[in-house]
Amino acid sequence: MTLNLSHLLYRDLRTHGEETYPEECCGILLGRADGGSITVLRLVRAGNTRTDSAHNRYSIAPQELIFAQREGRKAGLEIVGFYHSHPDHPAQWSATDFAEAHWLGCAYVITAVEQGRATVTNSFLLTGTREEDKAFRPQSIVLPSSEPRFNPD
Amino acid sequence: MNIHIPTPLRAYTDKQQTVSVPGATVAEGLAGLVAAYPALQQHLFTSEGKLRSFVNVYLNQDDVRWLPAREATAVKPGDELSIVPSIAGGTTATASRTSIATLQTGCSPLGRRLRLV
Repeated sequence: MTLNLSHLLYRDLRTHGEETYPEECCGILLGRADGGSITVLRLVRAGNTRTDSAHNRYSIAPQELIFAQREGRKAGLEIVGFYHSHPDHPAQWSATDFAEAHWLGCAYVITAVEQGRATVTNSFLLTGTREEDKAFRPQSIVLPSSEPRFNPD
Repeated sequence: MNIHIPTPLRAYTDKQQTVSVPGATVAEGLAGLVAAYPALQQHLFTSEGKLRSFVNVYLNQDDVRWLPAREATAVKPGDELSIVPSIAGGTTATASRTSIATLQTGCSPLGRRLRLV
């Protein structure tokens, strides 16, 4: 299952990680999922509630998830994934990421931010049917071959 | 009451985003939800019948765990219940400052798994 998103959204989620460096950024991906792919159509930037250890932890307040879910319903979209950054750390899921991942079927996008610059961005699909058999599987990030025209509306 | 279902659990509610169930309290609403969709039981509750630690239930904007009556809280007409699995993570504390180059195992460099279509 691929993760499809525009250049603009791809840039936005990477830029978010640069802006919050050396702390982790986090956000919510709204879009649509079908059997073969996840298409991201909107990013919702979230605050990192882990102010006690924001350089190596992130957490999104449930109220922000509820807000995103509500916005998604209005637009005919659903929460299809999340993103966060790893400051000075690989774009690879960690034991903490895995232990605290509970949105089965959703994409978890991780951007490595090295010395303030976004480098690698990877996406992992949380597969499985329950907590006991969940697993992260790498998924391809697919961008359109041509830059779409930006429409501010 | 209306209960909003998160994306991962819609597979067990016939893909419905919102389910309407009877009930005068939060607990009754959740019981009604599980009665209608029994497969949700294992996803929401432990074998002891307690809400799983990562499952947040919000009554409107309030975390039910922090309400005085918790799940026994009365629900009024128009109230909305949201089931929200937690979302958190981060790098491991022991390796967070380790060089990216030395830890880049099992993960694709930019461009290798990034496709343009």
